[in-house]
Amino acid sequence: MTQAANSFSLERGLNAWREEIDAPVAAFFSSCVHCGLCAQACPFYVETEDPQYTPIHKLEPLRLLWEQEYTVWGKLKKLARDRIDAKLGRASKPLITDEMLAQWEPLLYDSCSMCGRCSMVCPVGNDIHYMIRKAREGMVASGHAPEGLVAASVRAVNTGSPMGLQWKTLDVQIKHVETATGLEVPIDREQADYLVLLSSMEIINFPEYLEALTKIFAHADVSWTLSKDCFEATNAGIQIGSKDIAATLVQRVVDAAEQLKVKYVISPECGHAYTAIRWEGPNAIKRAYPFKVYHIIEVLDQLRADGRLKTEGKEMDRLSMHDPCNLARKSGVVQQQRRLMDLVADDFVDLKEHGEFQWCCGAGGGVSSNERAEPLKLAAFKRKKAQIEEVEPERMVTMCATCRTQLEEGLEEFSMDIPVVGLTEMIADHLVEKEKAEQS
Amino acid sequence: MTSMDFLLFAKGPMFSIAVAIFALGILVRLFEILALGRAHNYAAARGNEIIPGLKTVYRRFNPDPGTFKRSTFDVVVGTLWHVGFVIVLLLFIPHIELIESTLGLGWPGLPNPIVDALTAITLLGLVAVLIHRFKHPVKRFLSTREDYLIWLVTFLPVLTGYLAYHRLINPYPLALGLHILAAEIFLIVLPFTKLTHIFTAFLARYYNGAIFGRKGIQS
Amino acid sequence: MATSKTLGESLRQHGVSRRGFLKFCAATASMMALPPTMAPAIAKALEQARRPSVIWLSFQECTGCTESLTRSFSPTVENLIFDVISLDYHHTLQAAAGDAAEHAREQAMTLNAGEYLVVVDGSLPGPRANPGYSTIAGISNYEMLMETIEGAAAVVAVGTCAAFGGLPKANPNPTGAVSVQDLVKHKPVINVSGCPPVPMVITGVLAQFLTFGTLPELDEHGRPRAFFGQSIHDRCYRRPFYDKGRFAETFDDEGAKAGWCLYRLGCKGPMTYNACATMKWNGGTSWPIEAGYPCLGCSEPDFWDAGRFYKSLSVPTGAPGDLLVTAGAVGAAVGVGAGLMSRQQSKHAVERHDTVTADQLEETL
Repeated sequence: MTQAANSFSLERGLNAWREEIDAPVAAFFSSCVHCGLCAQACPFYVETEDPQYTPIHKLEPLRLLWEQEYTVWGKLKKLARDRIDAKLGRASKPLITDEMLAQWEPLLYDSCSMCGRCSMVCPVGNDIHYMIRKAREGMVASGHAPEGLVAASVRAVNTGSPMGLQWKTLDVQIKHVETATGLEVPIDREQADYLVLLSSMEIINFPEYLEALTKIFAHADVSWTLSKDCFEATNAGIQIGSKDIAATLVQRVVDAAEQLKVKYVISPECGHAYTAIRWEGPNAIKRAYPFKVYHIIEVLDQLRADGRLKTEGKEMDRLSMHDPCNLARKSGVVQQQRRLMDLVADDFVDLKEHGEFQWCCGAGGGVSSNERAEPLKLAAFKRKKAQIEEVEPERMVTMCATCRTQLEEGLEEFSMDIPVVGLTEMIADHLVEKEKAEQS
Repeated sequence: MTSMDFLLFAKGPMFSIAVAIFALGILVRLFEILALGRAHNYAAARGNEIIPGLKTVYRRFNPDPGTFKRSTFDVVVGTLWHVGFVIVLLLFIPHIELIESTLGLGWPGLPNPIVDALTAITLLGLVAVLIHRFKHPVKRFLSTREDYLIWLVTFLPVLTGYLAYHRLINPYPLALGLHILAAEIFLIVLPFTKLTHIFTAFLARYYNGAIFGRKGIQS
Repeated sequence: MATSKTLGESLRQHGVSRRGFLKFCAATASMMALPPTMAPAIAKALEQARRPSVIWLSFQECTGCTESLTRSFSPTVENLIFDVISLDYHHTLQAAAGDAAEHAREQAMTLNAGEYLVVVDGSLPGPRANPGYSTIAGISNYEMLMETIEGAAAVVAVGTCAAFGGLPKANPNPTGAVSVQDLVKHKPVINVSGCPPVPMVITGVLAQFLTFGTLPELDEHGRPRAFFGQSIHDRCYRRPFYDKGRFAETFDDEGAKAGWCLYRLGCKGPMTYNACATMKWNGGTSWPIEAGYPCLGCSEPDFWDAGRFYKSLSVPTGAPGDLLVTAGAVGAAVGVGAGLMSRQQSKHAVERHDTVTADQLEETL
């Protein structure tokens, strides 16, 4: 990407990094001993065995800036270097260059799904993915974000969906759901308890989610609504790593929720959308929400606990589950999906490393929106594939549209006949008919 | 300069210089980290920060089974030499005497043969990790000159200590002086290199645990 | 004339048996790290040795070294050897005084030019120091030493003061004291250090000089390796306790009573090279560590300044504790200052933040 033709610049990128450096970043960089254990936690390294994909290495430019500008020792070293350069009459070499950032762009985007697994194993306790997220701010501001993510961000802001999806497309689907179920899909209903958000990928690839949700909420008498103004939960700003873009997108959700005066906002079966709204959103818009945010799985588990979910029958085949990183490791939702599985699955087997130690499907963190990363995305999937092969399930269950797409594509690539289903749909399939439930 | 002059230099002015540089340097490092602070977090917390933060400080001594399986050498040898190093440093009676005289804090020590055995293990462990650093693709890729220098700076106090204890360098004042000097070099470079992890790793682990803990995950 | 009598004749005259004499020779051989087969050769050489002339100079000293040599409570081979050298000048022991005494020295120097031994005990004010700190018969120590060594075959510095400066040279060294080897550069100097030295070490050195006419092999401090080659620690009978980590912690605790290692009470045995542990004192009766007292390291250079007597060898000699606190306080202050500056830098960056917009992003596509 050529510079100067646009408003992004190296200096703007470095400024963004200066905004991001805080005590944890300083503690993390001070502690790294180059042991390389983060590599064995990273699906991109494990499956390619290319050392440049070692997670901590992806942060080298940010580390250089921190060392030079945020440590007394680094400042002294720079002073000495500048004096030597001045003595020798040569220009000081810049610490970080555009060429360097261009070289690091694939490391920070193509080979990192921000799954956070490295942050769980680092022996000195470095939260590497916390820093990757911060590093991406500078990459965007310096004009070094991948084209696919830039395009998705532009579409998300300009059209309301990273895939350019319009309300009318969703409206067709709503009509279809209403016909199929005979139930109403509430739209713009003020004072509803829950505002339901969707993801474009779900709307396009997995229309059964909305149908399942409609059935479950009718079954459990949940007061809910969709918003015409804001139905998109995904946040390309989080993936590209721009809190400004993220704030613009989160603000739409907040506005819709506040306008409809809902108590809760439900993030759909999408991992990063949950992280975006639940954890990053309030910080992006710099205020706490007047409503609470739940992932659909949390809501379903709450309904189950309240006895509002009556199910019958169980899936009899051998099922296993993929925890979306954003939901499990990065948001603490681990037991909820397992309790729901118990409700409807007879033969459930967990992958050996699951929950907070699960392996990423390889598509998160914007990797799936970045066409250039396609080969790496498939390579990283091999880790998941190996995990699945270990327990030999007949079907996989998950609760993130991106993970689900990646699992389906990956399994197909390797000719593995293992269908992937969404947990919400599976719950919906086992609901006791309303009349029956009322009789009992 | 006789060996006694050297020993007295190492035990006297040089030790004071080393201790001063160390104390100054490490406190600059720690406070410049802490003073940076963290931005206010507006997101509603799912969990506590402090308890998971402290738990992570402890938990990272004890790697997850997956890491153990994939990096058995790092975990076993890494733990072994770190533990050896710390025990030898803190529980060898002459070291305790030094600490007590400097800080006024003392504690019981270990019998010398145990310290001796641990020193030998630590030395072997350090040699093994150096070889591993040369051979392992990730480690070799990540390693800078500093990494090798710090290996040496860590290895020398242990080696000279072992040689002095077994009186393999003569005369003894030279052996002891070399050992003290090696330890002083360790102290002097500590605040300016990755050796700061001895202190900052506790901060890093705490922050890691707190960041995850807030979201309801024990990292 | 007494000077013509051989050592053998003199010994027999004093009633020392042949057996006793050979025993001494065997011991001397072993001390000098010679094979036992050398003992008869030593005996032969010693029996025929002529009494050499010895000039003993006492400078800034306490007479402890002379006491060590002379105050043996029973006649031994060592002090008989001492008896039979021709001690031509020793102002503590000789009967003559004043001009007569100095005359004896000058005479010995003339008569035995190039052959006599000079023994020195005590340090002396160096050439740049005020000579008035120590004079004999109005002659400064420095002047007397330089004059006396001119015709000497060798110089033996007896005691730590002569060898290394000892107590007079200890910090702050008010008299500008120096050791013999600091001044004598063109004559062999043998340091027999110790405060005082083991008597037999002195006679041993003399024995070698008498036997072979040679000077012993010396270590880096100019001490005869034969006597100073091994450390107290290596030959200490309490060493097994050190190895097991059993230490006395006070002078009257159970460990002290049980005879455990005295390291923690400040024993400098590990860095001290001397023959105490093997030869012992008072005719082989005992030695400091055996008496329950930590080795002070008295045979080592600067032993007065090499750490406190009752502090372990590993304890630094300065006061790093105070420095640690001061440096720590400065470090904390600098760190907080630097951290706040960095924080300001981050805040400043936030102020300069240029919001990323979709339009800006679109330009790049």
